[in-house]
Order: sequence, then C-alpha cells, then structure tokens
Amino acid sequence: MATHTLDTPLDEPTVRSLHVGDAVTLSGRLFGLRDKTLIHMFDERREAPVDLTGYPVLHTAPSLRQTDRGWEKIIVGTTTSTRMDRFTAPLLEECGVRAIIGKAGLYQASLEPMRRFGACYLAIVGGAAALETTQIEEVERVYWPHLHPEAIYQFRVKGFGPLIVAMDTHGRSLYEEVRQRVKRGLPGIYERYGL
Amino acid sequence: MAEFTYQLAEDVAKELYTRALKVLPPDVREALQRAERRETQPIAKTNLQTILKSIAVSDGQDMLVCQDTGLPVYMVKIGKRPVVDGARLAEALARGTRRATLEHPFRGSSTHPLTRENPQTSIGEGLPVIHWEFDPRAEHLEILMVPKGSGSENMSAVKMCTPAEGQAAVKRFVIDTVTGAGGNPCPPGIIGVGVGGTFELVAMLAKKAIARPVGRRNADPAFAQLEEDLEEAINSSGSGPMGLGGDVSTLAVHVEWAYTHITQNPVAVNTQCWAARRARARIRDDGQVEYGF
Repeated sequence: MATHTLDTPLDEPTVRSLHVGDAVTLSGRLFGLRDKTLIHMFDERREAPVDLTGYPVLHTAPSLRQTDRGWEKIIVGTTTSTRMDRFTAPLLEECGVRAIIGKAGLYQASLEPMRRFGACYLAIVGGAAALETTQIEEVERVYWPHLHPEAIYQFRVKGFGPLIVAMDTHGRSLYEEVRQRVKRGLPGIYERYGL
Repeated sequence: MAEFTYQLAEDVAKELYTRALKVLPPDVREALQRAERRETQPIAKTNLQTILKSIAVSDGQDMLVCQDTGLPVYMVKIGKRPVVDGARLAEALARGTRRATLEHPFRGSSTHPLTRENPQTSIGEGLPVIHWEFDPRAEHLEILMVPKGSGSENMSAVKMCTPAEGQAAVKRFVIDTVTGAGGNPCPPGIIGVGVGGTFELVAMLAKKAIARPVGRRNADPAFAQLEEDLEEAINSSGSGPMGLGGDVSTLAVHVEWAYTHITQNPVAVNTQCWAARRARARIRDDGQVEYGF
C-alpha cells in the first residue's frame, strides 16, 4: 500500500501517478458540495462562483454555525457518492476538478472521464465524521449560502485522510473489483449452506 | 419526593437523542476493536483503524459520531409502573426530539415525502417513529432511542417468500441483500433480520434486531444457529469495510422472529452502519432516571 502526502491544488501528473489501493493524505484547500449544488451548477447552468481547477471536491452536507466571526464547524461528514454520479464528467471537464472524495464510489461510466481528464476518486470512511471534522482547520468561505447545507464550502484541511484511491486514471475501480470477486464467491457460499 | 411527569419524559427524550448521537455503546466499540484485530487486508485494516480513531475523537471532544443524525426511532416498553398516558407520552417524545435538534443544534433530516420540505426539527407527520411494547414483567418505563442513519436504512428490504421456498430462500435473501449493498450502508455494521409475522411485523422485527446489543444471540437455539450461519456467510463474502474488500463485512447478524401464516414465509433485512447508535433510559415511578445502552 503506497502512501502519498499531497498538497492541493493537485496537478495532472500527480493524479495520474496514483493507483487503486494507494493511501492519500491531503493538506491545503478543498471544496465541499453535494446534490443540490451540482443540480444548480449543471442543470440550472449557474457558473460556479469560485475556480475549482486542480482542487478535490468532497461530497458533504456539513452542520455549521454562522457567527460574527464567520462559519464555524459543528460536524462535517461524507455522504453517498453514487447519487451524484452523472455530474462526474462536467465537474472534471468544465471545472477542472482533480479528485472526488466520497463514500460508496461512482459507477463504471465515471472511469472514462477520469482517464480522459486526469482525475481520481478517493474513498473516505463513511461515518467517521468526528475525525474528518478535526482534520478541517477552517471553513474559509461559503459560496451560494442560500443553498446551505448544500452550498459550496471552501475548507482548509490538514492531514485529511487517510483516503483510499478507489478509482484511478488507469481504468480501475476497487469497488467493481470487489463486487466481481464477491459475485464469483456467492455460488460457493450458497453451496456451503445448501441454498 | 420527585415523581414521573411528562416534562421529565420530554427531557429524557432530548437527552437520549443527543446521547445516542455522541456515545457509541460499549458492545459496538468492542466489536469494532475485535474486527480491527482480526482483519488481515491492509486497506480494510486502515479503514477500521480510522473508525476507531474517529470514535476516540468523538469521545475526547464531545462531538457527534456521524453527521447523519438519522430519523428518530423510539422503542418504548411499558411495564406496571409508572402508569402512563400514551398520547401525552408520545407528545413528550416529539417535543424532546425537536428540542434536541434545535438546542444542540444539529442537522434535522425529517422531510415531507412529496414537497421535500425540511422543517429542521427531526419531527413531522408520523415522526418520531414510536414502537410500543407492553411487558407485565417490566418494573419501569423503558425508552430505547435509535437514531437511524440513511445510508444504511436505504439498503433495507422485505421479501414475501413462499413456504415451498423454505429456509433456503430466507438465507439467500439476507446474503444477497447484504452483499448487493456493498459499501453503501457503511459496513461493517449490524444486520437485523426479521423472520415470520406479517408484512409490517417482519420489518419491525428486523428493526428490533438492529437495536439488540452486538452479538447477544437469540435465545432460541435454532435462530441462534441461523444468526451464526448468516454471519459466517456474509463475512466470507469478502465485501469488507466500506465495500472495499476485507475479512469483516458485518459485526453481527441478529434475528428476531414471530409466527406467520401457513401460506407465508416473510423475511426482512434492516441494515445498520458501523456507527450502531442507541441510548436507553429507565424511568422509575419516583422520577429517578437511569441511563444506559
């Protein structure tokens, strides 16, 4: 298991050097978004108010508190990515996003835009929100606050991870490989229990 | 001397919701620790270590375990004392749920099914879910609170198998449902299985099964054996933590059962994530409250 400690923004050669099964820890800036944000950007054709080129995006709906000093975090966790699968290509092609961070992965069709534009999927442990929140040093800015908790969140992170490269630019998906392995093993399990 | 009041029940409901979101039960922690020790695949081991680290952070900094505060489910066991007015108790549980959400505060997820409007209170028509149980042996009023996260709830399923398909169909449905869900329900968690009953009862039995402390076997040896077989089968699938492969795909399979109709063979699976949250309170006649899991 190769381990990479990376600073954001990420450049294309770095992302292309990552392989399924590698562990990645990120420091720098990344952006949180989810369902409604992506619908606003791509279905309702609103241009993102911030340049996402080179940055990772995180599928999240954070609990935040707005104070005189700005936005403070209560808890920031990760949501299931598969729901947002159809936005992979525009995120990579139009916005130059280099990594999508989430849980449960994206479908096989997302591998092609990842290969073409040079981006990967980084798996985080769902439910481990307490740890994730402490790795976010600051909520630097919230764009489109009227969409909160589905706005665009600019986070400054340190040692964010470990994340597992689960889909890479070389056409591999760990989710699919595990799924196929499980499927191949099922007849043996049925047989063992007389099913 | 203090006494039972509906204000007290409201305060207890509020405390239970917040407590459940912050303090993972000891049996769940121990099961996750055992899982980490037993896991041999490096990615899976890393993920299990991240889980244990996150639990420690949540303990140390008084934080919510997971950002999905779920839908509120209360399981109320009414014994002989105190004598309670069910309608007033139900109102008290709803008020307590709302207060927990607004006063902590945390994200409310209750939503109108058609308009998708979210009042940010965790309640609404039909919520909180309250299951009532009457037990003449119970000395006190007992309230078990389960915040049910959605990543796992969405992977749950019911099937009305036929008697001719037998036990094999029941087992196969559980194995196929769990392995088909992959990483979506944030495994390794508890797999709650209902067997028998009617369409709605079998689902409720599966829900009851996820609320049982990890690894406490069914008292009936035949169902205990079914739990062991399913647990072994699911763990041998290799699906692993977060569906990224590994030796541990579930912490435990729990089965609850009921008699069914001669023409029916129902089975339900309620998937629970690794953050298998619950909190329990026993309220005595004199208003004393004892908290636990």
